[in-house]
Amino acid sequence: MTKKYDTPLLDELEKGPFPSFVTEMKKAAAKNAMAADELGQLEKSFRDKVTYWKHGGIVGVRGYGGGVIGRYSQLADEFPGVAHFHTVRVNQPSGLFYTSETMKFFCDLWDKYGSGLTNFHGSTGDIIFLGTVTDNLEPLATILSMNGFDLGGSGSAMRTPSCCVGPARCEWSMIDTLDITYDLTQEFQDELHRPQFPYKFKIKTVGCPVDCNASIARADLSIIGTWKGPIAIDQDKVKDYAKKGMNIQEEIVNFCPGKCITWDGNTLTINNSDCLHCMHCITKLAGALKPTPPFGAVILIGAKAPFVIGATLSWVIVPFMEMKPPYQEIKDLIRNMWDWWNEYGKNRERIGELILRRGMREFLEVCGLEPTPEMVKEPRNDPFWFWTEEDLEKKPWEEYLK
Amino acid sequence: MPYVIPDVVDVKQRKTDIGPPHYKNFLPPVIQKNYGDWKTHEILSPGLMVHIANSGDKIWSVRVASPRLLSTDTLREIADIAEKYCDGYFRFTTRNNIEFLVSDESKVKPLMDELAAKKYMIGGIGSRVSNIVHTQGWIHCHSAAVDASALVKAIMDEFADYFTTKDTPNKVRFAVACCTNMCGAVHCSDIAYVGIHRKLPRIDHDNFKNLCELPTTMASCPTAAITPDPAKKSIKINAEKCMYCGNCFSVCPALPIADPENDGVAIVVGGKVGNLRKPPMFSKLAVAYLPNTPPRWPEVIKATKKIFDAYIAGAKKHERVGEWIERIGWEKFFVVTGLPFTFQHIDDWTYAFKTFRTTAQIKWTK
Repeated sequence: MTKKYDTPLLDELEKGPFPSFVTEMKKAAAKNAMAADELGQLEKSFRDKVTYWKHGGIVGVRGYGGGVIGRYSQLADEFPGVAHFHTVRVNQPSGLFYTSETMKFFCDLWDKYGSGLTNFHGSTGDIIFLGTVTDNLEPLATILSMNGFDLGGSGSAMRTPSCCVGPARCEWSMIDTLDITYDLTQEFQDELHRPQFPYKFKIKTVGCPVDCNASIARADLSIIGTWKGPIAIDQDKVKDYAKKGMNIQEEIVNFCPGKCITWDGNTLTINNSDCLHCMHCITKLAGALKPTPPFGAVILIGAKAPFVIGATLSWVIVPFMEMKPPYQEIKDLIRNMWDWWNEYGKNRERIGELILRRGMREFLEVCGLEPTPEMVKEPRNDPFWFWTEEDLEKKPWEEYLK
Repeated sequence: MPYVIPDVVDVKQRKTDIGPPHYKNFLPPVIQKNYGDWKTHEILSPGLMVHIANSGDKIWSVRVASPRLLSTDTLREIADIAEKYCDGYFRFTTRNNIEFLVSDESKVKPLMDELAAKKYMIGGIGSRVSNIVHTQGWIHCHSAAVDASALVKAIMDEFADYFTTKDTPNKVRFAVACCTNMCGAVHCSDIAYVGIHRKLPRIDHDNFKNLCELPTTMASCPTAAITPDPAKKSIKINAEKCMYCGNCFSVCPALPIADPENDGVAIVVGGKVGNLRKPPMFSKLAVAYLPNTPPRWPEVIKATKKIFDAYIAGAKKHERVGEWIERIGWEKFFVVTGLPFTFQHIDDWTYAFKTFRTTAQIKWTK
């Protein structure tokens, strides 16, 4: 029997239709002493309106610099079961697909070596095993490895890459997000397991501009599938939508950011050269419209949460890149930017922050990228810019004004 | 593949850097066969969609909510259900929902019946409220200014009908981050909650030199409010510059900032990540502070309802919260929601000037 705590505040959260995390904690607490004390400490947090976790400590497994986040309770005397309550990150399969057999293996493993509590999944995408003691880490990692699984990233490392459901179950995926994620994860195992960067580096891949994995908001490197061909139109199906009550003018034409769609009640016309590739018409007229090749990806850099300079969205560095195995172009690009970031980045400076500090020009030159209008919303509106000695030698107007 | 958990583990034999297993091991046969060759999909009900391949093959996905924090008991139950109806195949969505992947149409209804009988909350597909992405909160984090799971539970209970049955003009994405570190991407969500502090960190001068690094601590401050205090071998904080972000505490345990009486929740609105129609947008401040009132944060729920109800009443079909606000204008947003506009709503940080209204275009609301 595990210790039972009175939890009147948490009990309140077992009511209502949404599945209750408290019920989950109680299920684990019934058979696991760590989970029981976790529940007890949480009730105290709810009573006192404050967290009782200490700052993380450094724990890990042999040969790795990450994958485990040390966590200790401030109240180890009162709740000894959570004196150590470390998080283990396990690299998830691309697309978050599982089989029952695999899930039961995780359950058996975690009941034996941890609290019985998990997250499916952590924000970055890893499988999270929530709460174990230092001595269990080596056997846990060994058994995971025996069975084909490995730890995920933490600290100043490449973080576990993640992606949307992609071509596994989506008609709009224009790149193989699962394969790209798997391939990049395998390619950069050293950078994933052994923190060697100024700070974290996240890679997220999505199949189309709908961005079902929020890559543009939370990945240092966002890979977003897109297309260059015209949008193929099945006029009969468009008419079906109209017949079923869709107001094509209101719902499709008026919402088009490129103002490139017309509808005469019979035929939908798209001026593809003005299309912004936003996906609105394609998603709302599912089955009637579809993107056509060439397919590739927009590559963007620099998204992060607010610290230190404020939240950023990723911005375009390559408007269109073909994404075919073995993905050499993106791998070379990643290695180039990492070299530069390792050289110049300050401690805890994300790559986007470094670019803002040293300028896009330096970044683009390091990456071997030419400036293009697709990289900006608009050109600068101040009159202050740099000229290099080399620039001063050039007389491009002699060419373009001929 | 057969999994093994030996009684005796030789940890020295561990293979490193093997990476995750190949995803193909976990894909149902119908997905393996039609991988990258899907034609279209239809949403049959709020928790059920069918994807149709060019070959004519179909796969049905049944979506249920999950609190993300799952016990092994529940995971085993999910695995059993998947075995019974889905040949063992299921997945999770990026918003923590569970999706059962059914290859045999005759098993869809019995699956949904069993899920309903077991009180799973079925829904979340299409133009409605989906599950909430969130952070760890008091369950497992040292810097949480608010609990995350409890807020999620309280919000989802309140808006449950919009997950299971009712429509919204477009998707409504809630998100919860328990501090401004925002390890969940709440800065681009329709309606998001951020745990905030409102008072200075308390400097533990005796322990600073043992626990913290001076340059790292100074560099962590977004407003350069931290300067050295050589006499004490510690630091000083300029109270006029500090905006209570807590980033210094992230790098220095001797600067605790958690404060039960003054910590609480801010609500930000109008963000999105997709490129549909308008480019991705950040969320902006709607409510600067509401107190921490566990277990259900009723003030937060009431304020959310004001925003949510005004959106439902005022948005055109397909408009996300941010698109609706942009169309009606922020002056109208504060009128239709009944939320007060305060000094805290006017930016005074680095890029403040970008948010000031540099035009005479104004909608009169009074």
